[in-house]
Amino acid sequence: MTYTVHVQGLRKSFGGGTGAKVVLDGVDLAVETGSIFALLGPNGAGKTTLVRILATLIRPDAGTAKVAGRDLLADPLGVRRSISLTGQYAAVDDMLTGDENLRMMARLLHLRPREAAGRSAELLAEFGLADAGDRRVKTYSGGMRRRLDLAISMIAVPQLLFLDEPTSGLDPRSREQLWGTVRKLADEGVTVLLTTQYLAEADVLADRIALLDHGRIVAEGSADELKSSLRGEVVRLQFTDPADYKRALREVDALRADERLRTVEVGTDGSAASVYRLLGQLQAAGAPAARVSVERPSLDDVFLSLTENLTSANTGDNRHEQNASAR
Amino acid sequence: MTSYAVSDTSVMITRCLRRSLRDPEAFFTALMLPVVLMLLFVYIFGGDLNTGGKYVNYVVPGLIVLCAGFGAGTTAVVVATDMSSGIVDRFRSMPIHASSVLAGHIVASLARNLLATALVIAAGLGVGWRPTASPLRWLAAVAMIVAFILAMSWLAAAFGLLVRSPEAATSATFALMFIPYLSTAFVPSRTLPAVLRPIAANQPFTPIIETMRGLWMGRTSTGAPVGHEALLAGVYCAVILVVAFAAASWLYSRRTAA
Repeated sequence: MTYTVHVQGLRKSFGGGTGAKVVLDGVDLAVETGSIFALLGPNGAGKTTLVRILATLIRPDAGTAKVAGRDLLADPLGVRRSISLTGQYAAVDDMLTGDENLRMMARLLHLRPREAAGRSAELLAEFGLADAGDRRVKTYSGGMRRRLDLAISMIAVPQLLFLDEPTSGLDPRSREQLWGTVRKLADEGVTVLLTTQYLAEADVLADRIALLDHGRIVAEGSADELKSSLRGEVVRLQFTDPADYKRALREVDALRADERLRTVEVGTDGSAASVYRLLGQLQAAGAPAARVSVERPSLDDVFLSLTENLTSANTGDNRHEQNASAR
Repeated sequence: MTSYAVSDTSVMITRCLRRSLRDPEAFFTALMLPVVLMLLFVYIFGGDLNTGGKYVNYVVPGLIVLCAGFGAGTTAVVVATDMSSGIVDRFRSMPIHASSVLAGHIVASLARNLLATALVIAAGLGVGWRPTASPLRWLAAVAMIVAFILAMSWLAAAFGLLVRSPEAATSATFALMFIPYLSTAFVPSRTLPAVLRPIAANQPFTPIIETMRGLWMGRTSTGAPVGHEALLAGVYCAVILVVAFAAASWLYSRRTAA
């Protein structure tokens, strides 16, 4: 198995002295060649910092990293030749046209002017921008800007493509389109490292997902692995009468309950028999459920439970001890 | 990589020139300013200013410096704006020559300012400016202007990189358009209040203005020989250029968006 990104013990703090803010607190990461890897985490988790380090924009304080077989610190130029970065805000020039953007980038990648013009026309067509090529990027929609951004990344097909929050601010249709484009690029053999705070995006796109929280990877695996690591399915029961809701809470072993919505969630193996048994039990206790649904855990549940656990387990001095022992 | 430095830089110059031309408001202001200021100073203020001879013969170098100050402010804003956009991160993550991005901005700044200077000169000639300089002295005056604008452009770029936000960079325009008033740009220093005289006599804009004045009109307003003023002006420009260049390069290599 070969890895396009291999990171060990990466650390980064901003600011000095006692006020230093630890952004990456010992990150280990391995991204398999040809895969789509999602870094998932809330705002401020360190996703963008990690991408910026791997794209040679900032230097880590400690740790080692290999990108496309080249050492990040010893050979940053080699890394730059193998990667392409699309930023959180599409990295395109607003005042130029789409065609001018592509040609400029192609020239910077040292294509001859004629080759640059040809490549630009090809990519505009491929990314559905042929009609907009002579318009200034300022007039593009969000989806078009992202597509141009990706088209620029494909001028010289990179080994590793960074997509930093590629669909933030896009409408659902543009998001779907962009997902399709990213998948197509991965099929062409490009390794993709994307950051996102949308769990659905990681679920749909990524082969593997790492959850980043407070500068540490708190879980890693495929979407299915992460979901099954959490718990099984749940039966969600809703009651019309508040008294029924209270009786039901006493009767069953609830995983979660919401008094306002009068809903109770109970663990289940998903079989019809177990749901039948549960409903019978409630009927007998005089707390009949009004509505029933069976739900599989979503990545949201995984994420919330992992970040919750971390906060509750690491409160107060305990947290300091853990950090200290990790160092 | 070095073999591509020229091609990388020319791509960046093209980019910055295109961007300058496509900001119609700023471009129009930059072109109108020299003409409007010329008419303002010569016909509105100039009537009662005793500078020995026609006022237009006195004021042209001052207006060139004033317009260059405005142009430098524009450069600071342009650089700050560019640095806060995602595209610079992309440039920095590409295998391109590091200095080419800044070089593009400097060359575009030089082009914008030389155009504004040409307009000041044209407007001046239009309202009766009659320099007595020989072609050689004209050449020396143009060299002075180029050196000054180059130094101001690097200073502006460094300022734009330092303050990061386009709004803060605007303050450079204000400062650079104000400083010429405390020099011999518009009135000889002997007419200034006593407290301001030493400031006007010893600030960098004065020898730069006096060099141009001496070369074009045959005598300076300070009475110092033009060679003396030119030497001082050259030293000032060289120092500003070296310091600003080093600062801008260092800030560019350090900076990261966000």
